[in-house]
Amino acid sequence: MSFPILSSILLAPVLGVLVILFIPEKEDKIIKIVSAIATGITVILSLIAYFAYDQSVGGLQFVEHIPWIEKLGVAYGLGVDGISLPLVLLTAIVIFAGVFASWGLEERVKEFFIFLLALVAGVFGVFLTTDLFFFYLFFEVAVIPMYILIGVWGSTNKEYAAMKLTLYLLVGSAFALIAIIAVYLYTGLGTFDILTLTKQTYDVGFQKFAFFLLMIGFGFLVPMWPLHTWSPDGHVAAPTAVSMLHAGVLMKLGGYGLVRAGIFMFPEGAKFWAPVIAGLCIVNVVYGAMVAMAQKDLKFVIGYSSVSHMGYVLLGVAALNTLSISGAVAQMFAHGIMTALFFALVGNIYNKAHTRMIADFGGLAHQMPRVAVGFVIAGLASLGLPGLVNFVAEYSIFVGAFRVYPALAVLAVSGIVITATYVLRVVQKVFYGPRNPRWDDLEDAKGVEMVPIVILCAVLLFLGFFPSLLMDMINNGVDPFVIDYLSTLEIGGMF
Amino acid sequence: MMESIGIKYIWLVPLAPLVAFILISLLFKRFKMLSAVTAIVSMAISFILSLDILRLVLTNHEITMNNPIEIAVPWIDINGLFIEAGALIDPLTAGMLFVVTFISLLVTIYSVGYMHDDPGFSRFFSYLGLFVFSMLGLVIANNYFQMFFFWELVGLCSYLLIGFYYYKNSAADANKKAFITNRVADFGFMLGIIILFVNFDTFNFGKLAEAINASSDLALITLAGILVFVGPIGKSGQFPLHVWLPDAMEGPTPVSALIHAATMVAAGVYLLARGFILFASSTTTITFIAYLGGFTALFAATIAVTQRDFKRILAFSTLSQLGYMVMAIGIGSLTAGMFHLTTHAFFKALMFLCAGSVIHALHKQDIFEMGGVFKEMKITGTCMVIGGLAIAGIPPFAGFWSKDEILLTAKANGFTLLYIMASITAFLTAFYMFRLIFLAFFGEKRSDFHAHESPLTMTIPLIILAVFSIFGGFIGAPFVEHGYASYVYFGEPHHPTPDLMVMVSSTLVAVAGIFLAWLIYIKKAISAEKIATQFAPIYKFLYNKWYIDEIYAWFFNKIVLGISNVFNWCDRYIVDGIAHSIAWIIRTSGYKGRYLHTGSLQTYGLVIFTAVVVITLFLAGPVVGGVQ
Amino acid sequence: MITLNHYLLLSAILFCIGLYGALSKKNAIAILISIELMLNAVNVNLVAITKFLTPGDITGQIFALFVIVVAACEVALGLAIVVAIYRDRSTVEVENLDWLKW
Repeated sequence: MSFPILSSILLAPVLGVLVILFIPEKEDKIIKIVSAIATGITVILSLIAYFAYDQSVGGLQFVEHIPWIEKLGVAYGLGVDGISLPLVLLTAIVIFAGVFASWGLEERVKEFFIFLLALVAGVFGVFLTTDLFFFYLFFEVAVIPMYILIGVWGSTNKEYAAMKLTLYLLVGSAFALIAIIAVYLYTGLGTFDILTLTKQTYDVGFQKFAFFLLMIGFGFLVPMWPLHTWSPDGHVAAPTAVSMLHAGVLMKLGGYGLVRAGIFMFPEGAKFWAPVIAGLCIVNVVYGAMVAMAQKDLKFVIGYSSVSHMGYVLLGVAALNTLSISGAVAQMFAHGIMTALFFALVGNIYNKAHTRMIADFGGLAHQMPRVAVGFVIAGLASLGLPGLVNFVAEYSIFVGAFRVYPALAVLAVSGIVITATYVLRVVQKVFYGPRNPRWDDLEDAKGVEMVPIVILCAVLLFLGFFPSLLMDMINNGVDPFVIDYLSTLEIGGMF
Repeated sequence: MMESIGIKYIWLVPLAPLVAFILISLLFKRFKMLSAVTAIVSMAISFILSLDILRLVLTNHEITMNNPIEIAVPWIDINGLFIEAGALIDPLTAGMLFVVTFISLLVTIYSVGYMHDDPGFSRFFSYLGLFVFSMLGLVIANNYFQMFFFWELVGLCSYLLIGFYYYKNSAADANKKAFITNRVADFGFMLGIIILFVNFDTFNFGKLAEAINASSDLALITLAGILVFVGPIGKSGQFPLHVWLPDAMEGPTPVSALIHAATMVAAGVYLLARGFILFASSTTTITFIAYLGGFTALFAATIAVTQRDFKRILAFSTLSQLGYMVMAIGIGSLTAGMFHLTTHAFFKALMFLCAGSVIHALHKQDIFEMGGVFKEMKITGTCMVIGGLAIAGIPPFAGFWSKDEILLTAKANGFTLLYIMASITAFLTAFYMFRLIFLAFFGEKRSDFHAHESPLTMTIPLIILAVFSIFGGFIGAPFVEHGYASYVYFGEPHHPTPDLMVMVSSTLVAVAGIFLAWLIYIKKAISAEKIATQFAPIYKFLYNKWYIDEIYAWFFNKIVLGISNVFNWCDRYIVDGIAHSIAWIIRTSGYKGRYLHTGSLQTYGLVIFTAVVVITLFLAGPVVGGVQ
Repeated sequence: MITLNHYLLLSAILFCIGLYGALSKKNAIAILISIELMLNAVNVNLVAITKFLTPGDITGQIFALFVIVVAACEVALGLAIVVAIYRDRSTVEVENLDWLKW
């Protein structure tokens, strides 16, 4: 048997947790280094997997399969394809950057990194597993550390936000769980294997029912309007690394779930509900962006911008064609990197200035030029400027969606104008303007703090100019599914 | 036949400045002169390669607008989306490449002098490198997508450079305004090319041209054409999206010359020329373009007459001239539009650089505070006068020939109204330009300043540009064989037939404008103040730029921010309110329900026992009997 | 002649007295005693039913012995708790022992 690369990705953070358990509390430097090594391993392994993946063969690769509860058909199955690989890579990059972004943490360091690594193991599990049961299990593994991380290390109304986030996510996962059990019982095959279940044909009525449950369940995660309010609150309250991971990766679980377990498993159901998703996602895009414009707290702006951007993902999913779904997956990747960068920068400012109110700032480019550059790059990525990977993703979604919902696509494109407005307003109010002596003692990002900024900016720019590295992979994953399950459907929307 | 260093290394044309940008921003930031030299060398490489391409195109008659050289590699090739990164070489590209690299090189050299004492010296040159890279990428694009890609990037550079003095609030406002206004325009542009791609499955100019020719869906072509045209409305500052350009003068003056006068703002016109078939295929589109251009030309000229700021006057003049070019395209003459673009690039860059030279020396921008500068700044003054004569359209200066060509086409193609509007514009242009020159350079000093001539790095580019402003027009003059029109054209090359009537009348109009300016500002035969007070409402209306900025500000502050606050409220109190209500119901039911748990074991026991009795009776009833 | 019914009646009366005491007495010791009463009512039942319905079998008697043993343990434990509570609170009135409440 070849080297179990996927299990290694999954186990690297777990191993990190075990090692940290045995390190004394006061050795926080060593704890941080161990975390960095554990997550660094995941980055390297994900990169190896990404480039070792054979696109000419396609399908699931690096498969590992160990039966777990044979009577129920639950198996520890891992495998990746073009849809999940980019997201695995995204997770690895974001957590690696996140560990460095929390380098300055001093309070309860040991527990923090234990929970952080546990959380990441859960997220990796969701993307890596091929088994619906484990999909659910890993998801829960990811949510619980999040509750503690926000509740203990958070700021601004943290208990409320932690509770709200956890409850929303658990309610969402409950919906998904019902659908998972329903599918299991409906097929009667005694297996939770996603591919096997996808190959079954389901009664149209059942498809509508099951897809509805998944739509609501994953809709909580994405988050789809009006189920979104947990996300800005959660983003704001969470400590920097958790915000990065949360907005960067955790929200993507919903989109990933919809793609993996939703539309391909229940194409007829997806067709039935797609116009609803499309309609709601436009609310996400436009409404989210408008609300972002009214915010006074930097983190809230970014939180609502995530709501707005994840609307594009939903639009891509709802349009149900290769290009739009590829765009949606690419957008998940791109948004993950971009928003992680945003949170890393805001965290950096907040740690030093102890405020995030936009009105307090002004002329910060004088004191923190590097942070300003990073922020401008993140902002430009956010507003979809060519040369950054977000543009390619959004463009694919627009073109794909335009074929299906022209009117909605126009509204979605209008989102980029609103985004430009609020992003540039923030950039102007925070970084431009005359030097403000109040912030003269702020230090610019340097040393370890630069690691996340440089890594994330580099990814955004590199893939922005060479997007085929990403798009080929995703398309390779999405296309066979679309041909097998969606191409026979006549997808047309309300608009 | 295609053996040419320029073609072989065509990718170096845009990449050289990009390399300069990367080197300067990452490595050379601390070394001022090294940054400047890197930028200049990279621009020089681009310029030399462009010259070679131009030479090839001029000598090789097989390369024409209809038979270009195309080099392309796939950039994204997935199911449902195929995008190329490529280069398209034809006379249009070659001409534009020459203009862009030439002006860029001169402006970069000029900037060494102008930016000398600026703390952001290296940053400035790195931005210039990025800009030139983007602009050249745009020029050589062989498809709409690439055009859009670089179109946005030049927008970014414009944003960065307008906000170069980021510590000035006015600069920060201006660059935000510029970017957002352009974003609105790009929204249309993007939709336009998405519609084209969705219907014709390609972004490639050549393939689209064939598909459009073969298509019979006029409504679609019109819609796509107008949407794509929205892009140029923003970038080339056509009414009503012109508002950003005057404010863009907050940037350093060399930037105003390069980006906001000669090259980037002309990108819109270049796009119209490049995708001409799309616009020309629909009468509605092309007519719309013509009248919008004509209106902008006149509209901007009326505002320019009342302005006081040196650079703003030039900015409105740029708007007006861009309107001219757009109108030229609209009335069906790609040749005239591009010809005017070329000559305009020379003389407008010249005038902006002169403005820079004056501002550099005086640290003032209000022309009413200047006066008599000519005596101290002979070279700058002379160059400015040459620029003024060129833009006013006095023969044989460059502007005369290109403007004449536009007027001629307007008349020949039967656009009488536009011909009249263009002539009025020409009159106003001559008037406001010489108002500027007379007020700033002649007459008496109106405030306290010490002017001195600028250093050589600044004056040499001025002189070179001045030479081009004088003689540049001859490339397209009617008496020149194999002139501009035999290279850059749409369909078949055509040679303009000189119309003496048009030439004489346009010259007379220009001279009249200059004469009027002389009467008012030098001879003081007519009092400007008197006119201003007599026609106060009109004067105020024009001085405040038709109140368009105020309308936009009102729209943004009241409507957009209003909606956003309403939505925010809605999110707090309605969406979250519903979630909180559900939580409240659950919490309250728990709160009330807990009274069931008295904590007294005896109560529990009573309940349990009662329950046992009731259940026993219920189950035993049928067996024991009696209930039946 | 004493029949099964008499025993059952006695057991029911004992049980009801015990139940009444367990539910209404305020003193913890009294409640414990009442519970003993209920248990003994059950014992009477067990022995009587075995004696009358399956004579010769001693299942009921054995169960009754089990109950007595368990009851002894229970009382020991219960009294220990009562003593502990008394030390803490100086009272064994169950109305005051409402720590489980809310």
